[in-house]
Amino acid sequence: MTQILFHNINKKNLHTLEVYEQEGGYQGLKKAFAREPDEIVEMVKASGLRGRGGAGFPTGLKWSFLAKDVFPRYLCCNADESEPGTCKDRELLLKNPHLLIEGMILCSYACKIETGYIYLRGEFYDLCEIMEGAIEEAYAKGYLGKNILGSGFNLDIHTHLGAGAYICGEESALLNSLEGGRGEPRMKPPFPAVQGLYEKPTVINNVETLCVVPYIVNNGAEKHAAIGTEKSKGTKLVSVSGHVKKPGNYEVVMGTTVREIIYDLAGGIRDDNELKAYIPGGSSVPMVPADQVDTPYDYESLQAIGTMLGSGALIVIDHTVNVVETSLRLASFYMHESCGKCTPCREGTRWMWQLLNQIQTGQGEAAHVDKLVDICDNMSFKCFCPLGDAAVAPVISSIQKFRADYDELIEKLTANPAV
Amino acid sequence: MFAFSKEAEKKIEKILKKYPEGRKRSALLPLLTLVQRQERHVNPDAMREIGRRLDLSPAYVQSVCSFYTMYSNKPVGKYLILFCINISCQLNGCDELLAHTAKKLNIEIGGTTEDMKFTLHREECLAACSGGPMMRINDTFYENLTAEKIDQILGSLD
Ligand SMILES: Cc1cc2nc3c(=O)[nH]c(=O)nc-3n(C[C@H](O)[C@H](O)[C@H](O)COP(=O)(O)O)c2cc1C
Ligand code: SF4
Ligand code: FES
Repeated sequence: MTQILFHNINKKNLHTLEVYEQEGGYQGLKKAFAREPDEIVEMVKASGLRGRGGAGFPTGLKWSFLAKDVFPRYLCCNADESEPGTCKDRELLLKNPHLLIEGMILCSYACKIETGYIYLRGEFYDLCEIMEGAIEEAYAKGYLGKNILGSGFNLDIHTHLGAGAYICGEESALLNSLEGGRGEPRMKPPFPAVQGLYEKPTVINNVETLCVVPYIVNNGAEKHAAIGTEKSKGTKLVSVSGHVKKPGNYEVVMGTTVREIIYDLAGGIRDDNELKAYIPGGSSVPMVPADQVDTPYDYESLQAIGTMLGSGALIVIDHTVNVVETSLRLASFYMHESCGKCTPCREGTRWMWQLLNQIQTGQGEAAHVDKLVDICDNMSFKCFCPLGDAAVAPVISSIQKFRADYDELIEKLTANPAV
Repeated sequence: MFAFSKEAEKKIEKILKKYPEGRKRSALLPLLTLVQRQERHVNPDAMREIGRRLDLSPAYVQSVCSFYTMYSNKPVGKYLILFCINISCQLNGCDELLAHTAKKLNIEIGGTTEDMKFTLHREECLAACSGGPMMRINDTFYENLTAEKIDQILGSLD
């Protein structure tokens, strides 16, 4: 199976510069510096790479949107990884920090950026120290700093720790947080490519996205574009969690079916239970019932069945679960994480939680479920940032696909409130 | 009165160099983090000191500080246990284990032991979902937890 990111991930001491170089690391730099920056942007465009952070936006295209001739420009690597279910960036940062640094150097050269920040969620304090160690090694070897490998290109990379707020993974909230503010999202436009960090043109990319770039520069755009499906190129790290025998991060070629991921890679359902549902792209995307387990895991196939690839977190749920439990847990999460800036999200997430909590604790009635649908309707596309829609997705999909779970629970608890 | 430790002062020097001229407000979260780690909470004195160094009003520092969950206004225990209760961990039985931990420590969830050794918090996803149930104690992640494993981990901390 083709692997771009994980072929050597468990190699001993891969996190050190020495082993990373033995594995062919930092070879991309000379190749890139022999070309014009714009050629690298074109290469990444031609590779078909799309963002791995959640939205799937074409990476090369994003880079080409930077405001012309405005400097300085900045790169922010999004290492906030807080989408429930997602734990892939953590593994990359922990085991292969130099791959991210190399990806950031290549992106910065392509986009004429001289300063990059890695925004890590506050709970990644241990990873931040690993990252800083790697950055120091890279400076000492002349891969960072002034006139890198005699190319005339300069780059500094710094780490920056957040302090606990899911919304800071949203790119404009991340920028506010990095500027020393509350992590509230900004109005778009202007997009970060035009006015981002310190009002300057800024590229924001996920850890995994940047980690793919060295492969593209080393092997050529065509090689990358040959992997995967027509609209989803390359591979994807999938964080498999929940009711599987072998949870973990797996790198799969785009278009591998969900069945193959759950049953072949992750060992099948625990206790050989029946699959009930899966959530393919982190808590913010609609859940899917078991009968659609043969869906190929790629952007377009998941979209075609009304859900999303998102961050690549495949959460697996077996038949012992009533979805009201998981919906309530996620509703509580979004209520907690709503930044409070706009009313539909601030109030809507609270109402959703209240109604679900009433249902779960035996004070529910059928009308509550209809009310939930109503609230979802009133939030959809009406919130200031995508967190509002993210909060709606798990709840509305659980009602649409598993309404019987709600009805049964309400009936059971009203008949016998003690249960 | 609040004062940064010598070690923290060295870190501050480095932190301030990360950001461009005139952008030292960016150092606000890193400095608050230093205070939280040094004092195990952030009090108004420390906020004033940070404000003085970064040319920010104490009110501004307070408004930012209150936005982020990793800063606390009263001291947390020597060991801060963040127990993930989000979906992947929920599916793998974190609720029972969290209750077990609270019982073991003889505190409410959210509380601190009288000797200030342990604070136990319910936490949202910590990005170790395929290792759930999991908890973070200070800077260390503990994954694939069971009741026995938790007892053993708690017992090993002094
Ligand atoms: C509420 C919310 C949380 C997000 N959290 C993350 C995150 O933790 N990590 C991430 O890379 N992107 C996250 N994103 C997506 C970013 O806004 C942005 O699209 C992404 O970092 C762009 O990088 P990419 O194009 O390489 O995917 C989040 C978006 C939203 C709306
Ligand atoms: S949708 Fe929610 S998180 Fe986004 S700006 Fe509005 S209140 Fe904040
Ligand atoms: S859900 Fe517990 S670590 Fe992600």
